[in-house]
Amino acid sequence: MSRKLLLKNDHIPGIATLKTYRENGGYTAMEKALKTMSPDALLEEVKTSGLRGRGGAGFPTGMKWSFLAKPEGVPRYLVVNADESEPGTFKDRYLMEHIPHLLIEGMIISSFTLGSNSAYIYIRGEYFYVSRILEQAIDEAYAAGLLGKNILGTGYDLDIYVQVGAGAYICGEETALLESLEGKRGNPRIKPPFPAIAGLYGCPTVVNNVETIAAVVPIIEMGGAEYAKIGIGRSTGTKLISASGHINKPGVYEIELGLPVEEFIYSEEYCGGIKGGRKLKAVVAGGSSVPILPTELILKTAAGEPRLMSYESLGEGGFVSGTMLGSGGFIVMDEDTSIVKNLYTFSRFYHHESCGQCSPCREGTGWMEKILHKILEGKGTLKDIDLLWDIQSKIEGKTICPLGEAAAWPVAAAIRHFRPEFEAYVTNPESIKDVKHYYRLNPTV
Amino acid sequence: MAQTTDISFKEETLELIRKITKRYPDGKHKSALIPVLHIAQAEFGGWLSPQTMDLVAEVLTLKPIEVYEVASFYSMFNLQPVGKCLIEVCRTSSCWLCGAEDIIDHLEHKLNIKVGETTTDGMFTLKAVECLGSCGTAPMMQVGADYHENLSIEKVDKLVDGFKQENKQSRYC
Amino acid sequence: MVKLTIDDIPVEVPKGTTILQAARLIGGDVTPPAMCYYSKLKTSGGYCRTCIVKVEQGSEKDPRPIPKPVASCRTEVAEGMVVRNITSPENLEARAGVVELLLVNHPLDCPVCDQAGECHLQDLAYENGKEETRYEFERREFDPIDIGDKIKLHMNRCIMCFRCVKVADQITDGRCHGVINRGDAAEISTYIEKAIDNDFSGNVIDVCPVGALTDRTFRFKSRVWYTKPVDAHRNCTKCCGKVRLWNQGEEVLRVTARKDQWGEVMDNEDGTTAWICNECRFDKKHINDWTIEGPSEINRHSVISANHYDTLRNIKMDTLRMLGGKPHGEKVDLGIGALDPNNQHKQ
Repeated sequence: MSRKLLLKNDHIPGIATLKTYRENGGYTAMEKALKTMSPDALLEEVKTSGLRGRGGAGFPTGMKWSFLAKPEGVPRYLVVNADESEPGTFKDRYLMEHIPHLLIEGMIISSFTLGSNSAYIYIRGEYFYVSRILEQAIDEAYAAGLLGKNILGTGYDLDIYVQVGAGAYICGEETALLESLEGKRGNPRIKPPFPAIAGLYGCPTVVNNVETIAAVVPIIEMGGAEYAKIGIGRSTGTKLISASGHINKPGVYEIELGLPVEEFIYSEEYCGGIKGGRKLKAVVAGGSSVPILPTELILKTAAGEPRLMSYESLGEGGFVSGTMLGSGGFIVMDEDTSIVKNLYTFSRFYHHESCGQCSPCREGTGWMEKILHKILEGKGTLKDIDLLWDIQSKIEGKTICPLGEAAAWPVAAAIRHFRPEFEAYVTNPESIKDVKHYYRLNPTV
Repeated sequence: MAQTTDISFKEETLELIRKITKRYPDGKHKSALIPVLHIAQAEFGGWLSPQTMDLVAEVLTLKPIEVYEVASFYSMFNLQPVGKCLIEVCRTSSCWLCGAEDIIDHLEHKLNIKVGETTTDGMFTLKAVECLGSCGTAPMMQVGADYHENLSIEKVDKLVDGFKQENKQSRYC
Repeated sequence: MVKLTIDDIPVEVPKGTTILQAARLIGGDVTPPAMCYYSKLKTSGGYCRTCIVKVEQGSEKDPRPIPKPVASCRTEVAEGMVVRNITSPENLEARAGVVELLLVNHPLDCPVCDQAGECHLQDLAYENGKEETRYEFERREFDPIDIGDKIKLHMNRCIMCFRCVKVADQITDGRCHGVINRGDAAEISTYIEKAIDNDFSGNVIDVCPVGALTDRTFRFKSRVWYTKPVDAHRNCTKCCGKVRLWNQGEEVLRVTARKDQWGEVMDNEDGTTAWICNECRFDKKHINDWTIEGPSEINRHSVISANHYDTLRNIKMDTLRMLGGKPHGEKVDLGIGALDPNNQHKQ
């Protein structure tokens, strides 16, 4: 059994309520932090823990916090990124829905560390019902003196607000999120300045993913050094993985970083193997934007070592033979899956979600979607495959925000690892027509 | 700048809007725009007419164009009228892998409309949408604030028949 | 002051200067093209990505290269920075890619576009683009709309530079147009038909790098290269009154602000930008409304207009005689020399 830090109590009935959460040790880390530790000491613990951003980029959290500017008389903000929209990812929703107080406790400790007196949770609009759960939990916390003025008599004040978005993947990008929180279109800002210097309302701001902030609770509870012992190498601690696709047991799993991928897919504790006893074809390991890998490369590295669920191991081999841990959105595809069609759903997604601000992404994402649609219709040519490759290379790295890369990488990886399948669509479309329903042509546009 | 419109918010809604604007520092009331647009959409028939958007501009003392710019950016805001009950079926990767297209096909057939259309009685609008973060419980659809997950054709039939019976009005908030 | 090199040419600029501004000081081919950046408009730039450059060395202190191309218009210089623009084939390839993408949805209707001859996209495509487009799908289409009775919006041609939105925000007293929708469906719009009713709204025409916003009072009157540009002024209570007239014979076909070699509206002597008011632009179409200063210095070359302006050298004196104006000191030279990039190096 993997060690659980975030989801150790998610099975307890009523854990979403303050009462049950406290009965199970909730808010003790926060009390310890506010009553016995200084912000500097707390920052040190987070740095020592080796915690890395759980939203996808994997940037060391302690370092991010240490960049926060602290000019006199200017408010600082903590903003929690609950815009979870990367296809394949649903862990934050699970966490907020089932253990909302874990996030709130993490926010209190983090805000205290950063010297912030107002914190916002920006949650995607579609998660409206989850925002209600959060608001209820926040109300409970206020009533118990855990939020508001002079928290637990420590003299520390904190207000937490929930802000609901309205349907835009791009708002998961931290500066687009801040724009949206300011009531504007979710256009990513041009950096620098980074939010740590000029974020929400032009004030120093830290934006962190839900899971990252929740992980601060066990880190303070057990100490950063203890937390750093869990996991492997620079991938410390545990990670929530959202498992979906053709597996027997889809769902959210907390794993110790370093777990072998093969064990994650096949063991009864996690995914429980491929549905219907079929064979594994490919995995998108870290949310839609990370490179897809075929069976042989997801289970083992190119060097023949077992592939592990860690930032480093999944990244081994670069994009030639590796991928990324990303947000932990683990999408599994069986032997009958059309990689081309799956890619089409990704490309359609990125086209739909491009904000339109900078030209390569605005124009390129739609072009890629159209070419893939043409290929799926059996009207593609071999030249189209090369063109797709070329377009993605012209988007990657040329855009204001990482959506360009997110749109380009899946295209590149699918062609890199599954080119013969693209060629089959082009040279012999008849061969594809009669297979399983998910090979179906004429996709809905 | 704002135009005077013929419509107005209910008094309790205005009270709620005042409460929302207090979440932000002084002078930053534009932050309330998205929450208020959600409220306006729910109060005025599930979509945002220019008149409704002008009202929001007036209430928040913004220029109308600021409201149009924002409302048209976010996919949950409908700038055209929709049916009473808006059905949104997710179709991205995991949902597609688990049969979302069958669900969409079935709904098109059952409601006798295509994706993006509204039934002639104005009851249902069908939309195919991008990832709603329900990949582990795919396929799924969202109706108002409710997530309906692990869908099968039978489950969809039961749900839609139920919506029809109760004359369901979908709303996010 | 900060020292850096751009394409191996050393340049020294004040701290806070952008790479693009530093490159403009050097001038010539080294200067990256800019479709959205506009030095007179705050927060402009960063969107079109045509000005991207390669930063081979970030600074003296941190010599690591910046891994991705950067938008030179929004990236500040650093001591010891090594920038490559035209000396990096990789950078030119990346720019060609951006240009191709910018043209994907552009209608290429230059033959019927009023901007032809002074269109920055035309130049950009000519200088950095590929010979043919590989885009074979339908282009997005919008109906042209009138923004009031003086300005025409051809959204098909728009490249989303956001300059007009920034003009409305920064130099008029109330913006009523903006960007609606998102992604490749995004468009400049008033949403509900509304005239841009403001004394300075006409400046959106001058900042538009393409033919998306054009002067309705000039529509289809003439190809720009068949007109004779002269600088002129009048006493105006609303603006500086310093304009450029585009004439045919004695007829004033169009009035615009005066622009510099980067295609930007010039500065007044006091350092403010010489934006012009709508009265000067739209309502003063008689030659007698103006005091002619002399032929304009057209020192921004265009692929279409270049040869035509060349002939202006010959007609210059005729024009002056006809208009009764006097040569304006240093401006007698039409600046044809500036058409030669080698010459621009020396500026």
